[in-house]
Amino acid sequence: MSLVKLTIDGNKVEVPAGTTIYKAAKQLDIDIPILCYMDLKDLNIENKPGGCRICSVEVEGRRNLAPSCSTAVAEDMLVRTNSMRVINARRTVMELILSDHPKDCLSCAKAGNCDLQDMAVLLGIREIPGQEYAEMSTYRLDTSPSIIRDLDKCIMCRRCETMCNDFQTVGALHAVNRGFEAVVAPAFEMNLEHSPCTYCGQCVAVCPTGALTEVDHTGKVIAALNDPTKTVVVQTAPAVRAALGEEFGMEPGTRVTGQMVTALKQLGFDYVFDTDFAADLTIMEEGTELLGRLKRHLEGDESVQLPILTSCCPGWVNFFEYNYPDLKDVPSTARSPQQMFGAIAKTYFADKIEVDRKDMVVISIMPCLAKKYECQRDEFSVDGNPDVDFSISTRELAHLIKQANMDLNKLEEDDFDAPLGESSGAAVIFGATGGVIEAATRTAYELQTGKTLEKVDFKQLRGMEGIRSATVDFDGLDINIGIAHGLGNARKLLDEVKAGKSKYHAIEVMACPGGCIGGGGQPLHHGDASILKARTKAIYKEDEGKTIRKSHENPYILKLYDEFLGEPLSEKAHELLHTHYFDKRKKIFQV
Amino acid sequence: MSSVKIELRQDQVDKIHSICDSFGNQEGELINVLHKCQSTFGYLPAEVQEVISEKMEMPAAKVYGVVTFYSFFTMIPKGKHPISICTGTACYVRGAETVLNEFKKQLEIEVGETCEDGIFSLSCLRCVGACGLAPVVQVGDKTYGRVAPDDVKGIIEAYTG
Repeated sequence: MSLVKLTIDGNKVEVPAGTTIYKAAKQLDIDIPILCYMDLKDLNIENKPGGCRICSVEVEGRRNLAPSCSTAVAEDMLVRTNSMRVINARRTVMELILSDHPKDCLSCAKAGNCDLQDMAVLLGIREIPGQEYAEMSTYRLDTSPSIIRDLDKCIMCRRCETMCNDFQTVGALHAVNRGFEAVVAPAFEMNLEHSPCTYCGQCVAVCPTGALTEVDHTGKVIAALNDPTKTVVVQTAPAVRAALGEEFGMEPGTRVTGQMVTALKQLGFDYVFDTDFAADLTIMEEGTELLGRLKRHLEGDESVQLPILTSCCPGWVNFFEYNYPDLKDVPSTARSPQQMFGAIAKTYFADKIEVDRKDMVVISIMPCLAKKYECQRDEFSVDGNPDVDFSISTRELAHLIKQANMDLNKLEEDDFDAPLGESSGAAVIFGATGGVIEAATRTAYELQTGKTLEKVDFKQLRGMEGIRSATVDFDGLDINIGIAHGLGNARKLLDEVKAGKSKYHAIEVMACPGGCIGGGGQPLHHGDASILKARTKAIYKEDEGKTIRKSHENPYILKLYDEFLGEPLSEKAHELLHTHYFDKRKKIFQV
Repeated sequence: MSSVKIELRQDQVDKIHSICDSFGNQEGELINVLHKCQSTFGYLPAEVQEVISEKMEMPAAKVYGVVTFYSFFTMIPKGKHPISICTGTACYVRGAETVLNEFKKQLEIEVGETCEDGIFSLSCLRCVGACGLAPVVQVGDKTYGRVAPDDVKGIIEAYTG
C-alpha cells in the first residue's frame, strides 16, 4: 500500500493512503476530540457519519473545516487540529448541540458516564449562548422491559444504529425524519416492544448520552431487602465477576468473585447463590438433549432437528423468534441458566427452607439487559408469580455497592452459600463466547463415550473470531461445532441451517461481542476489545482454578436430580427447566 | 405516524411485490420502489412499507427512515381534491401566506393534512412557473391565479357545493 506524508500540528507523519486525518493524528498521539465517531476496531465496526463535526480540523488550502474522522489524508497535507479557528468552531458546534439538549444532568441516568458531558468539560463550555430562545425537540419517552429511550437526549450520533444494523443485523433502529425532528427510532416510531428489538443492549452500551439506558431496578432491590416478610435470594451470572471490578477502578480482567459475594451478603441478601449452579444444570439438560437428538440422527431418524442451537442467551432467543420463526424447533428447549435457577429456587429450595414462593424474591445480577425482559416472560411464572422477580445489570450492582459505602477493593473474599452456590469450572466459562459449547462438550463426551476426558480444555472452541468452527472427536465420532457471537454472525449460521446446508451438529450463539463478558449490562468498554479479552481470560482462569470442571460432577447437581428432578429430561425437569418458543413476527407493529 | 389502519388486499400486496421485483429487489432501488408505490396508492401507509420491507429484505425502520426523510413521500392519503398553495418567492411576496392561512382556517387542517371527510388536503409547493399570476393556488389540475383570502371560500365551495 502506498504511503502518504503529511504534517499535523507541525509534526510529520507517514500513513497508508486512505487513512483518515483522525487516525493519522492518533499515530502522533494527538487526540482529536470525537463525539459521534466510534471505532470498535477489533469487532470491525466503525461509525463515522461525520455528523457532529466536533472532530473538525483546519486543512491548509481548504475553504471550510474538515471532519477528521471521515476525511482521508493527502500528500503534503498541512493540518492544524488546535488553531483558534478550529477551537472556536468546535465550541460553537458543542454549544449548538447543547442548545437542543435537556439540562437535567444532575438527575440523568448517564451522569458521570456521559460522553457529551465529558466533551462539554473538555471544551470548557460555561454558557450556552441564545439558549433562552432555543427551541427543544421533544419526543415521547419509550419504556420497554429492558431499555428506556429518552430521545430528547439523542444527539444523532447514530452509533446505536450502526450496532443495531451493521453488527447485530437486528434493524430495530434507524434514523427517521429530518432536520430538527430527526431522531433514531423503530419503524413508524413505534415503541421498542413493537419492533424487532432483541434487547441485547448493545445500543445502550455505545450511546454517548442518556438517550438509551437500561431500566433501573436498584430501587426495587432496596425495597425487597427492606421488606422483613421477604426472603431475598440473589444469583450472579458468570460474566459479572470478571467485569464488576472495573467499576471500582480495577484493571480489566480482575476477578472479584469473593469480594462480590461479601458485598452481596453485606447488602443484606438472605442467600447469595450462583447462576453458575444453574449453568451446570443447563448442561445436564441441554447436553442430554443434544445426545438424544444425535442418537436418533445416527439411527436414521429424519424427523430429528440438527444442529441443536444453544438457548441460554435471551437476546439470541428473541432474535430467532422474530427472524426465524419457522426454525423454532431447532434450538434446545432448555431454559437459560437464569430461569432454571429461578425455577429451582422457588420450588426445590423454597421447600427446603419452608418458604412460600410468594414470600421469596429472586434477584439476578446479569451482564445483560435482555435478561430483564426474559424474566418477565409469561411462561416463566406460576400464577403470576415470576420465577425470577427482577434482574439488574453489572452496572446497577456497582451502584448498589457504592451506595452502601463499600469499596470492592477493600472487601474480604467470601464463598457462595450452599446448595445453589456450588458450580463447576464448566459453568464459569458460560460467560465467554464458546464457553457454553465447551462446557456441553466436556459432559456430552463423557456421557456419550463412557470414557473420562484426559484434557478438559478445548482450546479450539475459544477465541474472538466472530464465527468459529471446530470438530471434536467423540471417540471416533466427529462432532462438528459452530460458534457465533454477535447476531450478524449468528444470522450467517442460521441462514445455512435454513437452507439445509449446515454442517454442524451443534451451534452456540451469543448475541453480544465476546459473549456475556461483552454484554449490554457490563461496565462500558468503549469499544476496547483488549478489555473484552482480559475479561475472557479471567473467566478461563477461574475455570482452571476449580476442582470440579465438568457439570455432571457437581455434587449438588447430582443431589438435586437425586432428591427432586429424577433424571435429565424427566417430566419434572421438562416442567421446570424447559420452555417453548413463539413466532414473534406476528406481534410486531401490532398495537 | 399515520393513525389510519388499513388492510391490504391480496392484489395490492401482489402489486407491491411486482414493483419490488421490477427493480430487482435491490436495496439501492428503494427510492424508486417508493416512488412507484406512492403513485400507485397515492400515499405510503405503514402497511405498504411493511410489505416492501419484507419483500426487499430490509428493516422496516430503514424504509420508514427514507419515507420520512424525503418530503415528497407521504403517509397520509391525499384528499379527493388536493389543494396546493405556491409559496415560491413571487407568490410569497404577493400574499400567499395570508391565502394559506385562510385555507387552514376554512378547512381546519394544517399543511400536510387531509380533511376528515377526505375531500381536501393541503400542501405547499415552490413555484409552478406562473409567477405573473401570483399568488397561485392549484386544486387538482385546475390553477387559480391572483388569489386573495376573500376568494378562498368560493374556491372551496366550487368543490363542495
